[in-house]
Amino acid sequence: MIRVQREDFDIGREIDALTAGRSDIGGLASFVGYVRDFVGKEKASGAEVSAMTLEHYPGMTEKRLAEIEAEANARWKLDATLIVHRYGTLQAGERIVLVACAAAHREDAFAACQFLMDWLKTSAPFWKQEDTANGPRWVDADAKDDALAARWKT
Amino acid sequence: MKLLYFAWLRQKIGTAEETVTPPPEVTTVGALLAWLSARGPGHAEALKDLAIVRVAVNQEFAKLDAPVKAGDEVALFPPVTGG
Repeated sequence: MIRVQREDFDIGREIDALTAGRSDIGGLASFVGYVRDFVGKEKASGAEVSAMTLEHYPGMTEKRLAEIEAEANARWKLDATLIVHRYGTLQAGERIVLVACAAAHREDAFAACQFLMDWLKTSAPFWKQEDTANGPRWVDADAKDDALAARWKT
Repeated sequence: MKLLYFAWLRQKIGTAEETVTPPPEVTTVGALLAWLSARGPGHAEALKDLAIVRVAVNQEFAKLDAPVKAGDEVALFPPVTGG
């Protein structure tokens, strides 16, 4: 299941909804992404970020997320998957994205969760602009994310 | 042909979308970008470094040699920063 929305989400409620009524699930792995309050690798050296605005490509976003999710389900034995991705203006500390993967066995859940995050970073059509102490700044795509996504290539 | 622009490409070009009718010899993404660059200073500035421009045709990522035709939806944007 995938959702693209402005509204915040409740992590516990989302995970419970994913597993409700099922006793064949052995484990669930999840990731939550937040708006970090500094630019770059280290808080000590980066400009402060107060907010972030995410825009996306309506139509293509849902399509890509569905494709990414279908690929995860094809590669691992999963019982349920969920991607919730927000857009709009979010304050530092707010939740941006939730990825959750439920499976009978933990290797599948962990691997699929990491795979989905690596693919979201490199092929989901969102763009982020940070409000920083030095003015607004478009976040650059990071080569590190391409390298992380590449490790999943078969 | 419907063009959509996102992020700093939209800011540099000055509009989020426009409808264009390129000449018949524009049959690929690469040719379209070259033709768009000549539309005005905003377009030229946005497209001056194609290494940081990504393209989708009808909501699928497309390379420079991908075909484009009348009626297509073509989106131009920076490398994505989702997740």
